[in-house]
Amino acid sequence: MPPRAAFPRAAAAAVGDARLRANLRHATHTIRAKRAAAVAELPDWELLRAAGAAIKDRTLRHLDHYLPRLEEAVTAAGGRVHWAADAAEANRIVVDLVRATGETEVVKVKSMATQEIGLNAALAREGITAYETDLAELIVQLGDDLPSHILVPAIHRNRGEIRDIFARRMGDWGRPAPEGLGDTPAELAEAARLHLREKFLTAKVGVSGANFMVAETGTMVVVESEGNGRMCLTLPETLISVVGVEKVVPTWRDLEVFLQLLPRSSTAERMNPYTSTWTGTTDGDGPHVFHLVLLDNGRTDALADTVGRQALRCIRCSACLNVCPVYERAGGHAYGSAYPGPIGAILTPQLRGTGTPLDASLPYASSLCGACYEVCPVAIDIPEVLVHLRERVVQGGQVTLRGTRTVIKPARGHAAERAALRAAAWAFDHPGVLRAGQRLAARTLRLHPRRLPGPGRAWSDSRALPEVPAESFRDWWLRTRGERDSHEQP
Amino acid sequence: MSSRDLILARIRRALTDVPRSETPADVPVDRGYARTHGERTAAERVALLAENLADYRARVHRTDAAGLPGLLARLLADRGARTVLVPAGLPTDWLAKTGSGTGSASGAGAGAEPGSGSGTARRVVDAAERTPRELAAVDSVVTGCAVAIAETGTLVLDGGPDQGRRRVSLVPDHHVCVVRVPEQVVDSVPQALDRLDPARPLTWISGPSATSDIELNRVEGVHGPRTLDVILVAD
Ligand code: SF4
Repeated sequence: MPPRAAFPRAAAAAVGDARLRANLRHATHTIRAKRAAAVAELPDWELLRAAGAAIKDRTLRHLDHYLPRLEEAVTAAGGRVHWAADAAEANRIVVDLVRATGETEVVKVKSMATQEIGLNAALAREGITAYETDLAELIVQLGDDLPSHILVPAIHRNRGEIRDIFARRMGDWGRPAPEGLGDTPAELAEAARLHLREKFLTAKVGVSGANFMVAETGTMVVVESEGNGRMCLTLPETLISVVGVEKVVPTWRDLEVFLQLLPRSSTAERMNPYTSTWTGTTDGDGPHVFHLVLLDNGRTDALADTVGRQALRCIRCSACLNVCPVYERAGGHAYGSAYPGPIGAILTPQLRGTGTPLDASLPYASSLCGACYEVCPVAIDIPEVLVHLRERVVQGGQVTLRGTRTVIKPARGHAAERAALRAAAWAFDHPGVLRAGQRLAARTLRLHPRRLPGPGRAWSDSRALPEVPAESFRDWWLRTRGERDSHEQP
Repeated sequence: MSSRDLILARIRRALTDVPRSETPADVPVDRGYARTHGERTAAERVALLAENLADYRARVHRTDAAGLPGLLARLLADRGARTVLVPAGLPTDWLAKTGSGTGSASGAGAGAEPGSGSGTARRVVDAAERTPRELAAVDSVVTGCAVAIAETGTLVLDGGPDQGRRRVSLVPDHHVCVVRVPEQVVDSVPQALDRLDPARPLTWISGPSATSDIELNRVEGVHGPRTLDVILVAD
């Protein structure tokens, strides 16, 4: 179960875990430096980024045009399209589809949408076992754990922990780990290969998400590294893909933008090892039954928010996580949803509303430093949305919840203020974060010139806000971290 | 109301700020980004492809049409491959020097001739009735490709007769991919998409299967082929 505690409390627990923090720091700093080098290779990066944002905006502003076109194209190519208004409906559709095959096991490609809706648990309740096949997701699943990063979900585990999890649990799920399993990455990967191959070779049903869906042609796109995706997409007889409605792009040609933006932003590669595309079904090649489940589950609510809507451009590259000083210390679990880090802080409260303490506190899980916006390949202004959501939590106002316009009251009993204060207290306990927040606030000065925005306002009114030095993020970063991390700089 | 109608109605209500008269084409998309990153001669393009493939730890070889059968036989022999999976439409002369005969993949273990170092890998022609388990018992696979992208070091397979179904280049542990240069090589991702037919199932391959999930150490081949040999064949 995701933690239900508000972000500051969950984060405080995570920060106390020295090993977690060390693992995270190593990961985020390594990926960050590599990514900068990969991006620097393309002199037209900013133009690609602007085009990526514009294509997504075009799609979102005309989603009611593109989804029926997609449906038509997928159907014409031999697929079947289902619409799911919420998580429960999506889960029920998938359960029924699996049941209809007579199977009780499915192999899964890593997918945030299915994690968001809790599909594995829903299948388990109906006696269907879902096997995660991405190496990191396997580690998470065998460890009865939750993913903590979009791209490297088991980044909070080191090799010794992974070895122990494999040795202890693989046998419960299928082929046991080899005797005397060591902890080198190669040995661990080999153990996973043997364990999962058993599943791939016998599975009759595969479940996936998709990175993109092309409205014009009905083509689905899955981008991956390991080949487990290809296994799940081509070996089973039936393939079920659960995809958020915002993943549609208008034309085949639009992929030229996203297939350049995504790998470099995500894994810092010129291209990821494997990309699969399929259009409906193909005789004699791959599954002969294909189902596409189009998922709303709060996305149309986010769409109704003209400031927050831009969060739906997200292509889940995870670049914003790797530059976030708060994520680096708090880890992914503190965000309490499938979407951690800066994107989680703006997407989750929009998908779920701000009714729980956790969701109300997420817009405060940020130092507003702006680094996330700088790296985002589709130019989502995450700080702008954070400030907007903070105001909504504090002042209330008009929102759309499950498709209905509602006016929400200011957070009850100053809950939001408490959330903000806890966040502030937490930051004071962690000077690194606060320093980042203050200094980096220089960039977003216009957003909170003299006072903290949102509920922080009352707080900052009665206290002298530390002065915001006119130093940019980049300058601060280089000055305070540049030396220490020089071996990681591109 | 069906969920389809419900979701579409929610979308329309969510978009009341979008003027009724606005069409998708009214939302500007500036495509001023580059079609290619650099002007190259055909030879430079092929050299860049080779360089980027090698950067992904694919093993790159160059030959001409006359040298291809010998090179393929040598690569398979070096690997100790006893069986080699062949798409139904692979040009027959490619494997002219690689063993002989065809057979069932299931017999790969016991019945195969000793192939190690002798260039006698037995051909296993792919067919619909082959089970994934049979494919998993095969040592190597040889395919052609549809297009290769120099700037990213990517091979794209589109299920053409010399490439076969998507699974053949996935299940065996060793994949040898033959690229005809320069005509199958383009500079960039946009140029590749132009050449490809979205109606066909496509597999884009950039180096061997890899994971960085364990402490960010790159490990080759968790699930897909651990070794990728690419042969660039000049006309
Ligand atoms: S918000 Fe932007 S940077 Fe973050 S995961 Fe999404 S696309 Fe990537």
